[in-house]
Amino acid sequence: MKKTYLLEGLCCANCAAKIETGINKLDGIDKATISFLTSKLVIETAEEPSKELLKKIEKVVHKVEPDVEMKEI
Amino acid sequence: MKRRIKRLTAAGAVFAAACLLRTFSAEVPELAELAVFLAAYLMAGYKVLRKAARNILRGSVFDENFLMAVASIGAFCIGEYPEAVAVMLFYQVGECFEDFAVGKSRKSITDLMNIRPDSANLLEAGADGELVRQVSPEEVPAGSLILVRPGEKIPLDGIVEEGTSLVDTAALTGESVPRDVETGSEILSGCINLSGVLKVRVTKPFGESTVSKILDLVENATMKKARTENFITRFAAVYTPVVVLAAVVLAVAPPLLVEGAVFSDWLYRALNFLVVSCPCALVISVPLSFFGGIGGASRAGILVKGSSYLELMAQAKIAVLDKTGTLTRGVFHVETLHPVNVSEDFLLKAAAAAEMHSGHPIAQSLKRAAEERGLLSAVSSIDDVNEKAGFGVTAMAEVDGRACRIAAGNRKLMAEEGIKPTHGEAEPAGTVVHVAVDGSYAGYILIADQLKPDAEEAVAGLRAQGVQTVMLTGDSSEAAHAAAQKLGIDRVDSQLLPGDKVEKVEELLAGLEGGRESGTKHRGRLVFVGDGINDAPVLARADVGIAMGGLGSDAAIEAADIVIMNDEPSKIPLIMEISRKTMTIVRQNIVFALGIKLLVLMLSAIGYANMWMAVFADVGVSVLAIINSFRAMSVKEK
Repeated sequence: MKKTYLLEGLCCANCAAKIETGINKLDGIDKATISFLTSKLVIETAEEPSKELLKKIEKVVHKVEPDVEMKEI
Repeated sequence: MKRRIKRLTAAGAVFAAACLLRTFSAEVPELAELAVFLAAYLMAGYKVLRKAARNILRGSVFDENFLMAVASIGAFCIGEYPEAVAVMLFYQVGECFEDFAVGKSRKSITDLMNIRPDSANLLEAGADGELVRQVSPEEVPAGSLILVRPGEKIPLDGIVEEGTSLVDTAALTGESVPRDVETGSEILSGCINLSGVLKVRVTKPFGESTVSKILDLVENATMKKARTENFITRFAAVYTPVVVLAAVVLAVAPPLLVEGAVFSDWLYRALNFLVVSCPCALVISVPLSFFGGIGGASRAGILVKGSSYLELMAQAKIAVLDKTGTLTRGVFHVETLHPVNVSEDFLLKAAAAAEMHSGHPIAQSLKRAAEERGLLSAVSSIDDVNEKAGFGVTAMAEVDGRACRIAAGNRKLMAEEGIKPTHGEAEPAGTVVHVAVDGSYAGYILIADQLKPDAEEAVAGLRAQGVQTVMLTGDSSEAAHAAAQKLGIDRVDSQLLPGDKVEKVEELLAGLEGGRESGTKHRGRLVFVGDGINDAPVLARADVGIAMGGLGSDAAIEAADIVIMNDEPSKIPLIMEISRKTMTIVRQNIVFALGIKLLVLMLSAIGYANMWMAVFADVGVSVLAIINSFRAMSVKEK
């Protein structure tokens, strides 16, 4: 299952890379990719991502870039 | 952004004043001087300091904010006030520029793909005739009727029900000549209606329309990252900690171990290291270059599904080209008629009569030729049709009012019928259909597929770039060799069944693996170009699969890595060129950024570099790399 999120306010390529690595380490994520230039995060998961998982993802994002807002699209 | 620029300008002014103060008036007390510099510093950098503090609390240490904060505070501590302010100020100016560049690049890509229609004019049956209602394209179901006025974007795929017009397809195909459409023509969303009002019957909902597919594809293109891109991110993750560690060692070790070493001197060198340790220039310029290359390609009507394909394409050694539909038009037509003892018309009539009910492309071409000459009316009561795959057709039919038994097919069919064709022994390109009427030979018809006008240019372009060309085809070897010779193709494999093509590609791949030069990291890549309809397995097996004529064919967009939107094979060398140029820019950026950084690190270590140089190695290099990456977007117009 593939889901795409917009990371609004993502402004540093290195941070994008760090967030990507961080999310990839989470349990339940098969693959996560961030395209810095389109500010999009795509996650692949076996099943519909749970609320806890999304919270964890958001935590990773905010740890690196506190001002980024994550929106599902 | 504007506020940031104002803030930085103000900080810059205070900084300049502070510098003047320092140079011209020696009597100013140290403390006052410090105060002015500190003011400039805080104005420029308070946000960075805040971020650094917050990120440390959150447990992420090696981020840019932290490095810059430590470097500048360190500079203050050893009394290098101007440097401290400069580090912070220029770091921020660089950031501003980076944001600006990224924003500009994002925007130019969206402009490039500015094909998303805003609204559709839905036609509805009202009380007094038809009503036009403006709705969003997503709301229009398939089967409804829409109105497209001149100058409007066609919002959904459909078929013209009423009206004629010229349609600009440049956004999809890169083709600058507008296309004529009339009642019954298929039109695609994303094109622009130029001259006439059109009523269009919608065939697909918005989500499945061409425009959505293409937008989706281009927007997600950056998800399939190239190896270089992944390498650079991994590199950055190691680079920063290593340089920071080196900085710590540099600050502490020499003063302790070397006699006469001054701590503040070495600390200054170490602070330089911190400034240079920022990996931004590398990390940002590489994807930006790929993004530019993909954008430039899509402007030329070539969709690339990921930066990794540009990378692979640039390493191509072999281009395998499918013949039918790729190099040729894929449409058979009657080339010449060679009657024996009958008239040309009779020969064609007889052949068309026998093939009348067949769906085979060759049969279709015979029927079309007969129709064009107005001969079909002379053919009637076709009966007893017997189609033998791989041989031909036999049938009973009345031709010119005379009932006769017709056999039309290849040499094998003739042999079976006990007929010895007297002509057509050494016929070159094309397919030969022998015709016998009532047991006697009536001659043969030569049917051929036409080469596309730019096929020769395409092959020449590939060869000029050092790529070996191989043509695969199911055609007879004569036809294949004739075409190959005309085009200048290096190698031909003919009479292949669809399954054989995969095998041939595997063979070539194995050859590339074997022929790999020692010392190189990867073998040469194999590119396969097909029409995307029945080549899916081969497209998938090749390193890069390119589908031709993606416009309107979902299968092609699905199966291929790169889609050429119109049918032009000359786009193959073009995308090769774009790939190579993009990779050159990527390499330039990596070498340049790393080179400058290493140079400044070395100079810092031996004490020859000051903090100004370090700031340049960080910010200046980013800016230059970004500007360089913009070049990837421009595609030579031909």
